[in-house]
Amino acid sequence: MKPSPFIYHRPGSIEEAVQLLESLGDAGKVLAGGQSLIPLMSMRLAAPANLVDINHLAELDTVEVTDAGVRVGATARHSRVERDQAAYDAIPLLRQALENVAHPTIRNRGTTVGSLVHADPSAEMPAVLAMLDGTVELRSTAGTREVAADEFFLGPMESATRGGEIAVAATFRRPPAGTGSTFVELARRHGDYAMCGVGAMVTTDSDDAITAARVALISVGAGPVLVDLTEAITGSGGGFTDAAVRDLVDAQIDPEDDIHASADYRRNLAHVLTVRALDQARERSVRTRRDERVA
Amino acid sequence: MTTETLVKVSLTVNGAPREMEVPARRLLSDALRHDLRLTGTHVGCEHGVCGACTVLVDGQPTRSCLVFAVSLEGSEITTVEGCCKPGGAMGPVQQAFQDCHALQCGFCTPGFITTITAYLEENENPSKEEAREAISGNLCRCTGYQNIVAAVQRAAEIKRGDDA
Repeated sequence: MKPSPFIYHRPGSIEEAVQLLESLGDAGKVLAGGQSLIPLMSMRLAAPANLVDINHLAELDTVEVTDAGVRVGATARHSRVERDQAAYDAIPLLRQALENVAHPTIRNRGTTVGSLVHADPSAEMPAVLAMLDGTVELRSTAGTREVAADEFFLGPMESATRGGEIAVAATFRRPPAGTGSTFVELARRHGDYAMCGVGAMVTTDSDDAITAARVALISVGAGPVLVDLTEAITGSGGGFTDAAVRDLVDAQIDPEDDIHASADYRRNLAHVLTVRALDQARERSVRTRRDERVA
Repeated sequence: MTTETLVKVSLTVNGAPREMEVPARRLLSDALRHDLRLTGTHVGCEHGVCGACTVLVDGQPTRSCLVFAVSLEGSEITTVEGCCKPGGAMGPVQQAFQDCHALQCGFCTPGFITTITAYLEENENPSKEEAREAISGNLCRCTGYQNIVAAVQRAAEIKRGDDA
């Protein structure tokens, strides 16, 4: 349970970091929070020859709230994003999801952007980025390119980040006005990887009628599975047709058997948790708009 | 066998400046135990699940098995050895663990002590529910957690008395 030897680099700037990564090619790997990378290295599932440590680059430790959304820098810890009140006010789903990411102790070190790049199909934050039509900024010596969530997650543990690139920030877009959200999941043990998890966003209008709904599911596909459920809204907009919700979810997910849960069980969880998440998100949407009216 | 390159690291550990030269791959848990001979930090699973190796990095509970010592240049580390009172008497969390019989074999205890010490800085009067959430990342195979939850609340009580 010890990592194999590697050469340690501590660049003093982003420019220096991308130059290093370019010269190292496939032999270089970025170290941010390390809460996924270091256990993989300890288990010898990963053995990068060089680590480029970006933890000391203060310019990457940022959480900025703008009119468009919340931009999170590469070394902002999950715990910082979770506690940021302005970020919560702009996008409650960030905190709602982060509360489900591992344990508080892991969130003190793990980074939100690192979790996106790691692209674990059971991770919460990729699902949040997908739901909010977010983007990831990838910096290399050639400049910066911005990749949309639907093109960023390529498969299990595989993101669009290329050799020589650092994911310097991710932007989560604000949901439409009148949107309520939630993140629910079920794990074998509190804080463990979810057997299935569902993030939901439901938008209602001034008559409390649902106008839009989308969910993103984790641990039931190769990456976050985004499902638009607007079609499943009943005629009057008062609720959802459960059978339609189930069909739309079923058409997108592809759960697998493993030691933690069977594929059938995960599919059942996907149905149950989706309905539960939609109810919560809808209730929050209605309540938020009422509170705003009273205020 | 090739000799690994050593990297110089300066840390503040339990208030004292410490310098060491370690291979880059040295985990903080091993640096504390092997290089600094602070064996109060226990190593359980070595992949971030059990919480036994939890120490405070700049005041925040962190798994010492999931960070490289070299990455923490300039940081302040608090281990269980630093959770006592000046002079070495038991700190509030340690006292509460004794009062409530919150340990049996004691292997997991250092991780609980550090985690709870930091938590009480944020919340001086945790409810049972909050206490449970605060220790949710630490595993204990002896006591069944009831006494540990009680110790979180007892520690808060002792600390409030000390601070008053």
